Amino acid sequence: MTPALLNLAIAVPAIGALIVAFVPGGRGDSARMVALMASAITGVITVSMLLDFDTSNAGFQFVTNRTWISDFGISWHVGIDGISLFLVVLTGLLFPLTIVAITPEHDPKPYYAWLLVLQAGSIGVFAALDLFVFFVFFEIVLVPMYMLIGGWGHGRRVYAAVKFFLYTMVGSALMLVGILALVSLQAKATGDPITFDLVTIAENFQVSENAARWIFLSFAAAFAVKVPLFPVHTWLPDAHTEAPTAGSVILAGVMLKLGTYGFVRFGLYLFPEASHYFAPLFLTLGVIGILYGAAVATMQKDLKRLVAYSSIAHLGFIILGIFAFTVQSLEGAIFQMVNHGISTGALFMLVGMIYERRHTRMISELGGLQKSAPIMAGVFTVVMLSSIGLPGLNGFVGEFLILLGAFGTARWWAVVAAAGVILAALYLLWAYQRVFHGEAEGDNATMADLRFSEGLALLPLLALIVFLGIYPKPMLERMEPAVMNLVAHIEEEVPDFNPPDDFTPPDDFERVVPTVAGETAEGEGE
Amino acid sequence: MSLTSLLAFTEAPAEIVTSPVDDLVFLIPLFPLLGFVALLIGGRKLGEPMAGWLATAACGGAFAMTLVVFAELVSRDYTQRSINQTLFEWVPAGEFSVDIGFLADPLSIAMALFITGVGTLIHLYSIGYMHGDVNFSKFFLYLNLFVAAMLLLILGDNLLLTFLGWEGVGACSYFLISFWFTKDANATAGKKAFVTNRIGDWGFMVGIFATFFTFGTINYVDLTDGAMEGVAQSTITAISVLFFIGAIGKSAQLPLYVWLPDAMAGPTPVSALIHAATMVTSGVYLMTRLNPFLAASADWVPSMIAWVGVGTALFAATIAVAQNDIKKVLAYSTVSQLGYMFLAVGVGAYTGAIFHMITHAFFKALLFLGSGSVIHGMHDEQDMRKMGGLKKFMPITAATFIVGWLAIAGVPPFSGFWSKDEILVFAWNENPGLYVVGLITALLTAFYMSRQVFMTFFGEPRFAHSGSEAAHGVEGHGEAGEMAEVGAGGAAGELAESSAGGAGTALATTSAAVATMDADPGDGDHADHHGDDHAHAGDPHESPWTMFVPLIVLSIAAIVAGGLNLPFTKDLHFLEHWLEPVIHENEAKLGFKGGTKWVLALIAIAAGAIGMMAAAAVYLKGRVDPAKIELPVLAKGWGLDAAFSSFMGGPGRWLFAFLAWFDANVIDGIVNGTAALTSGGGSLLRRFQTGYLRNYAFGLSIGAIATVAYFISRTAL
Repeated sequence: MTPALLNLAIAVPAIGALIVAFVPGGRGDSARMVALMASAITGVITVSMLLDFDTSNAGFQFVTNRTWISDFGISWHVGIDGISLFLVVLTGLLFPLTIVAITPEHDPKPYYAWLLVLQAGSIGVFAALDLFVFFVFFEIVLVPMYMLIGGWGHGRRVYAAVKFFLYTMVGSALMLVGILALVSLQAKATGDPITFDLVTIAENFQVSENAARWIFLSFAAAFAVKVPLFPVHTWLPDAHTEAPTAGSVILAGVMLKLGTYGFVRFGLYLFPEASHYFAPLFLTLGVIGILYGAAVATMQKDLKRLVAYSSIAHLGFIILGIFAFTVQSLEGAIFQMVNHGISTGALFMLVGMIYERRHTRMISELGGLQKSAPIMAGVFTVVMLSSIGLPGLNGFVGEFLILLGAFGTARWWAVVAAAGVILAALYLLWAYQRVFHGEAEGDNATMADLRFSEGLALLPLLALIVFLGIYPKPMLERMEPAVMNLVAHIEEEVPDFNPPDDFTPPDDFERVVPTVAGETAEGEGE
Repeated sequence: MSLTSLLAFTEAPAEIVTSPVDDLVFLIPLFPLLGFVALLIGGRKLGEPMAGWLATAACGGAFAMTLVVFAELVSRDYTQRSINQTLFEWVPAGEFSVDIGFLADPLSIAMALFITGVGTLIHLYSIGYMHGDVNFSKFFLYLNLFVAAMLLLILGDNLLLTFLGWEGVGACSYFLISFWFTKDANATAGKKAFVTNRIGDWGFMVGIFATFFTFGTINYVDLTDGAMEGVAQSTITAISVLFFIGAIGKSAQLPLYVWLPDAMAGPTPVSALIHAATMVTSGVYLMTRLNPFLAASADWVPSMIAWVGVGTALFAATIAVAQNDIKKVLAYSTVSQLGYMFLAVGVGAYTGAIFHMITHAFFKALLFLGSGSVIHGMHDEQDMRKMGGLKKFMPITAATFIVGWLAIAGVPPFSGFWSKDEILVFAWNENPGLYVVGLITALLTAFYMSRQVFMTFFGEPRFAHSGSEAAHGVEGHGEAGEMAEVGAGGAAGELAESSAGGAGTALATTSAAVATMDADPGDGDHADHHGDDHAHAGDPHESPWTMFVPLIVLSIAAIVAGGLNLPFTKDLHFLEHWLEPVIHENEAKLGFKGGTKWVLALIAIAAGAIGMMAAAAVYLKGRVDPAKIELPVLAKGWGLDAAFSSFMGGPGRWLFAFLAWFDANVIDGIVNGTAALTSGGGSLLRRFQTGYLRNYAFGLSIGAIATVAYFISRTAL
């Protein structure tokens, strides 16, 4: 196991971005080639980490831990476990596919540079095990997304970009205050020198219960905006609608996961007691998101806005899974993060392809496309059914595990949330009917079907949709040790935490305390 | 992946029997699944008719494989008739784990036999019926996928795999209802079927959760009568109700039946296979499979199931009386017959439920295929008021249809009589009230089916059939339209108009749109095929052999299937003995002697006879004006469907619209209001709005880099 791989996965797209941006000359084609190469190499690196990943190890792997700014106890501490692994791989794969599928309308050079910055930053967020490093990456990703929306978007792109930026900045600002408060209170309580190290703080958490709850809320504010949770979600439909297709794909596929991932890693792991205390609030907001997002999606006239609201519903499921604190619901939540990246990413690609051909996203102006573009219709159908949660496709596995697990600890929330599957069928099938069924007229009748490169980009996503639906085991078994570890951690830290009877870890299960010390520590499989 | 297999016994395990067949159960669903994959890859290249033959062979392979497994089970001792094959672990998460595993036991194999058998016949029939359709291979692709999903539903050894099949058949049903997607009514019907089913699926899903948390397993082998001991009755009651909600969605019972009549928008073989013989019986299967739950529930649960069943049976039968679309009659009839099956489940006559499911699969598939043959022969006419006297033109179709009619009407010795009588006997045993409602339904069934047969095949032709040469001169592609001209005496469009508006109340928009589509000469889909073959045909004609052979086979089955479970002596209760390992002691016992059974049977025969004679009086002899019977309220299905639609289109839609408005104005309004306040005070936001995007981001990047540089310079590296 080479820890360098993870650092490379962050460095390669970053260097790629520099090459694209600063190596002069050439037209868009060379920028595209460099971007494709850099992102594809990153994809290969992440996949090789997936293959190299020690399935039986609950701790962090591919760990690098080097002191960076010793005065403040900041270190370059990165590593991944079964929780972050698949988000890193998703980020590694979704970018090259997006680059293959979509070409920008203008200014390819900066476009590709920003995309690569976004890829590096996103992997950085998922890998960071130091609060400072995490915060830096968390903020860095805002800039390229802001630029992509503002520079290559449509319609009211500036409004959407600014709204996106300011909204997330407000959340992040609260988190920054929270981080500073946390490290100083922790240092005061333990008497140790100040440290930003996530693992060190989480494994020896000394901050008072009351303070921890407040600090948790400041983190939660940042994550809730990012997810986005009801009622702080309205930036999302605007950002999605006005963003260029690549922006929407990445925004839905990767960036929304920064919030849900944040809740797992910096919510549940760092503040188990506070997370547990506030769980009813977040469960409720999650369930509202599921039903409300779906209901509002039903009424949308713009296809992209519809998919955006469907994201809010899907992310609601993930929040439900996270705050239900069971092995099943957490595994389902992580599974669903990846599913949502795949299926919503694919949906946005398809909507982008329709827009490129028809120059409209208004549902009322489309119709009968199944006749003119049967292959696209077929692909759309599979992706739609995955999003609806049809068993046999990936979406079901995540949704089912979330609801199953939640039924154990948050019964009535789960029962209500399960009704969300009815609404999901309603808005997606209705949209499909209006766009693809019926008689094709005018430009709809002559719309071109999928191009080869488009099919090439969608094929891996389709393959994953089917594969993960039929054989999710390889993914579930890789995340299971880390998830069990997390649940055991919560159990240790939260006095009144009652997991459902069926979900006690096996007798021989022993929680792994991730290694903390050492200049370069490697997570070793035991 | 390794194929492990183990035998599980529901009874005390004696010596373990193994055989090579243990590892072959998975082949049953695999054949149609492979057919699906092959058609997905090469269907278009194969084209017509090879794609159809491939699909038929795939389904036939499944049937052959089912026979092999059936023979193996028969050869075994009674207690060991169960093969449990596990392919691989599907969803493992913590303590929860389910496999892709199959349970071949008397119940699942009995169903697999008629599903694959009837399925193969319907595949064969479709080769003729779908001839000339532009999406010929796609049709068979869906059909094979459907059969595979249906087999997973019944052969799955756990609730989750059943749920996979359950939703899989739902998806195929959606694809096939909206198969002719260019017409909006078809697309709407498909969507309605899926969404309505999803309401039931909510119950199924929550039922799975509750089962897992109560029993720690969702595997059928473990969910036995013994497992129910020590569990609170209220819990089991709740679980039973949840699964029942799932069942009424899929099996179209009150109040979730509304999707099934609309589902007739699909091609007729689909109606026969999915919306009559197989998929819609899934709910009955689920209830039978979970008989230990029902037995351990509070008593009101089986009673509720029985009353919902018999209520649906009567309700749908009254509606069927006033339908004029040949398929709509059969659709409501299906809803009604499914009601009988739920009545059977509710009164503990599980054997009766499965018995009726099997006989119904034969005679209802027969009737639907027969109606398809009529529609085909009549050049896409579905309105029975424009038929009549067809037995002269389509003798084979007429003869087989009449067999189906006698079977469903409960005329001995046709199969439907035996299975319906068994249910009615057990209903009497449980509650005479249930029996009376069931009996009235039987009378109505005989009436509306006789009405259909008389209107279609007897009497004088009500279409303008030509002995002359006029119709022979018709040429080329516009045949469907031309036929409409001949038939309705007007332009192609008029047929649609007359179906939709003419005499009016009976036909819902769906069937009107079907008529529109099929009569449209310019349409590229199904209507096309008449152009080539029947350019010479003016009169209704008999269907090709691929279509009438299945009719003949099914009619034989519809005659003799009663032999599965004849009531005379214990030795003749083959089906009951066969199913005993699955149902155990939960089958109700009759509390009266054989004499009562005879009396009940005679009453049932009399009810059927009265129904048939009444129909003859009205529709053959014309003694009563049909309008006095076909009341508009019945034609409209008591207005229930319309009420649901107007609720969804009214208050339901208003709520969603309100939420969308609320989101755009209130929630987002607060956000923008806050932003506006801030920008009023500060100059920062104004700078954003002048459009210096790049400058701003550039500054931000520089700042970030400078910060990072500062920290790097201070590192301890």
